[in-house]
Amino acid sequence: MATETKDIVSACVDSYGSAVGMPQLCGEWMGNQIFWLVITLVAIFLILSRVALPRIGAILAERQGTITNDIAAAEDLKAKAVEAEETYNKALADARAQAQAIAAEARAEIQADLDVAIAKADAEIAAKAAESEAAIAEIRAGALDSIQAVAKDTAGEVVAALGGQADEAGIAGAVDARMKG
Amino acid sequence: MASDTTAAEGSSLVFHPMDQFIVKPLFGDGAVGMFTITNMTLWLALAIVAVIALLVLPTSKRAIVPGRGQSIAELTYGFIYKMVEDICGKDGIKFFPYIMTLFMFIVSANFLGLLPMSFTTTSHFAVTAVLALAVFLTVTILGFVLNGAGFLGLFWVSSAPLALRPILAIIELISYFVRPVSHSIRLAGNVMAGHAVIKVFAGFAAITVISPVSVLAITAMYGLEILVAFIQAYVFTILTCVYLKDALHPSH
Repeated sequence: MATETKDIVSACVDSYGSAVGMPQLCGEWMGNQIFWLVITLVAIFLILSRVALPRIGAILAERQGTITNDIAAAEDLKAKAVEAEETYNKALADARAQAQAIAAEARAEIQADLDVAIAKADAEIAAKAAESEAAIAEIRAGALDSIQAVAKDTAGEVVAALGGQADEAGIAGAVDARMKG
Repeated sequence: MASDTTAAEGSSLVFHPMDQFIVKPLFGDGAVGMFTITNMTLWLALAIVAVIALLVLPTSKRAIVPGRGQSIAELTYGFIYKMVEDICGKDGIKFFPYIMTLFMFIVSANFLGLLPMSFTTTSHFAVTAVLALAVFLTVTILGFVLNGAGFLGLFWVSSAPLALRPILAIIELISYFVRPVSHSIRLAGNVMAGHAVIKVFAGFAAITVISPVSVLAITAMYGLEILVAFIQAYVFTILTCVYLKDALHPSH
């Protein structure tokens, strides 16, 4: 390179600074190009493998983990909700059954009380009826006696009014005979 | 360069589409030695800065709910990670940083090269050849280390009829050794051609009548180049994965 003239700096560039042929095929630059390229590639490789890629990988893994955890937590909560609903339904059914049992028991108790009361009332009514019948019979018997007495008196008076001599025993016997008739 | 200013007439149009690829010392004049800091050094350094700005700085907060920058970093990570996993399989994951380095370097360099006045490092065969040779050597050495002589089974197509196999073996062998060439020239060629075409269109802009068409053409080419910048990085990376798969699982 040192042997070249001042005008022509290199074999690939003419004195006007324009390319001679394809600069891509200029052999004297290639060492320089490869040198800097290798440095660049090593630098990018180190940056990527030491910093960028582990970091992005960690971010993506962390996000995946968060999403998985959130889904698991959501499923957990859903299961809990279902469980709570089941418990509630069970409690409701239990309460309903208990209420029905209590109602049935109360009904049976009331029925028993009612039956006792009815029986007692029936007995009382029967007793009252018997008593009343006895009273009526007594009254009826009393009435007959009174009628007999009235009839005897009336018969005596009638006999006396007709001018007859009332024979008390005769009248009583006649009245008795009539009454029995 | 001085003649550019007088290039008004069609006859004296001067095109220097390849000047943008010249490597020159960044400080002062003189020859480009082995360790000279050149414009290429600058743009390679900017590629490192771009990688840091894309992947390191936005993820510093390690947010569970990512911001805009962190989303891009995560998407890039996921994109290449899935590519390596899909093509190379689970045992290829350990090469993920290596492949990510290739992808991030190429994609950063390609897009930085699209900035006006920039130097496109990936347009140089010296660069892409080093990348492709690195892949080729990795795959070849890794193939023999992992599989021993069984790696040669890659060239012996056992599913073909026996008579055809020697012929196929020769074809496979040739295609195997052409890989680094096609791998490197595909990337550098695409990038270089696009940039040179833009420069040629820009040269036509000196003619007043043609200049609107020229500007439109530059715009269209620029759009295409943005596409190419990404696609070539993607193609380079996916081919690296495919070649790596051969080393890991050489059977057809």
